[in-house]
Amino acid sequence: MEHGSLDDSSSSTFSIMEEDHTLANSVRFVLNQDPRVAFCGYSIPHPAENKVNIRVQTTGDPAKDVLKDALQDLMVMCHHIRGTLDTAVADFRGNKPAEAMDIDLNKK
Amino acid sequence: MPKKGTKSKKKEVDDVPNQQENKLPDYLELQRTRVVCNDDAPIYVHTFICHSSLMAFHLLIMITFITLALHMFPCEIVCLVCLIYCLAYKLNFTYMHRYFYIKRLIDYITEYNSRLPTLGTFAAMGVDNSVSVEKFCKNFKIEINRLTEDDMEFDMIGIDASIANAFRRILIAEVPTMAIEKVFMVDNTSVIADEVLSHRLGLIPPLDADPRLFDYISVKSSELEWLPEGSQLSMSAPAHSGDKQKTFTSFSQSQKEILEKPLGVKFKDITIARLGPGQAIEFEAHAVKGVGKVHAKWSPVATAWYRMLPEVVILEEIKGAQAEELVKKCPVNVFDIEDLGNGGKRAVVAKPRACTLCRECIRPEESEESTEGASEAQESSAPWKQIELRRVRDHFIFTIESTGSLRPEVLFTEAVKILEEKCERVISELS
Repeated sequence: MEHGSLDDSSSSTFSIMEEDHTLANSVRFVLNQDPRVAFCGYSIPHPAENKVNIRVQTTGDPAKDVLKDALQDLMVMCHHIRGTLDTAVADFRGNKPAEAMDIDLNKK
Repeated sequence: MPKKGTKSKKKEVDDVPNQQENKLPDYLELQRTRVVCNDDAPIYVHTFICHSSLMAFHLLIMITFITLALHMFPCEIVCLVCLIYCLAYKLNFTYMHRYFYIKRLIDYITEYNSRLPTLGTFAAMGVDNSVSVEKFCKNFKIEINRLTEDDMEFDMIGIDASIANAFRRILIAEVPTMAIEKVFMVDNTSVIADEVLSHRLGLIPPLDADPRLFDYISVKSSELEWLPEGSQLSMSAPAHSGDKQKTFTSFSQSQKEILEKPLGVKFKDITIARLGPGQAIEFEAHAVKGVGKVHAKWSPVATAWYRMLPEVVILEEIKGAQAEELVKKCPVNVFDIEDLGNGGKRAVVAKPRACTLCRECIRPEESEESTEGASEAQESSAPWKQIELRRVRDHFIFTIESTGSLRPEVLFTEAVKILEEKCERVISELS
């Protein structure tokens, strides 16, 4: 749900149901990196309600598009993380016989 | 929420802004990439607004005004307004000095505004602090330390805390598993009450079943059947001979055909109830797919946590007896003794990764504080002042302990997929 003004689409608050800090904090981080964003933040109006408000104010572009781009960026980052993890696991498994002596440093 | 504390200009504006230099001074680089730990509780409070002089305050006001006004008014008018401001507050500049000072300020700020889009927090210094997706993809690394059937420890380098936390939250609460939900008691003559027994059954670590092969329980509207002859709930219990006994569930085919190995419980030595002589328990339990948000029995991890990589730096050399003491103080043996040539000893950092940030090494000794005869030289060379504990902001050591239904690396992949699905859901809601 988007709450904004009719003539100024560059700042609005998005109220998202069934979400919490998990998504909102990550989206806020990605939004902050976008140069078009003048202000962004999130809040949870009441902890008993499963709702989160994300506020986006941009330097001219419509806030909806900026938020969509940020979400797309976050998806790309997740994809990349998954790919990196898969290669790392494959490498680790491949090297495991040699690394069997290399117990992790935290164990005494 | 601003990402870090807001900064005002650290350099004097009178200096020519050095735009060729792209490095931050050391202390700022430290603030940008490390969290410094002091000997009190871990409170990170750093403000960058300098309170020392009134001049700085006026400067701040002028800079804010100039940044905002430059969008609307031409340069000279802004200059004049600032001049009037200075005169009104009797700021200690000469007339010409004020004008040129302000003009320089305005040039600097227009320069800053035009370069701002790519730079971020330290834009005034010419240092790039933004994290674009391309940069993230280039710098992101995962190193696996330990990977067994049940748990895994790996390092994520180059990621921000908000995303690492999102993964941790999803691992604990939103990756679905199977757990016992409904228990049909046939016979229970043990000392444990029915509901207590059912509760315990539910908490048995999620079954050795791959939850991805199952769907959530849902009653589809296609199952609603019109009853033209009235209610069919039977009053009398047993079925007539020859009729199929009615059951509470109806499977279209046996689950044996879909799963490769028989479903079972992973840990076979969990005591559900103790029986005395003559007691018996008989029940049928139905396991259902769910998420940890609804009830903790559906959480696929024993727990999942992360910590930032600790960094221990010895600022000045610690030698001799103090070195020995230091090595003894640390409960996880982070420090080690290095023998110098002529019998001297020096403390070095051997295993910084093992540091638990207990701050024993930087806590001032109480015996030192109470003695009044302690000389100043002794105080300044106290070993707790020569060590600095830090955490690296973007290097996370993740540990995932699975309860057995899925392998830990599969769990993490599922968690990442769930974050992607959340984003997709919001995108489709927005369009």
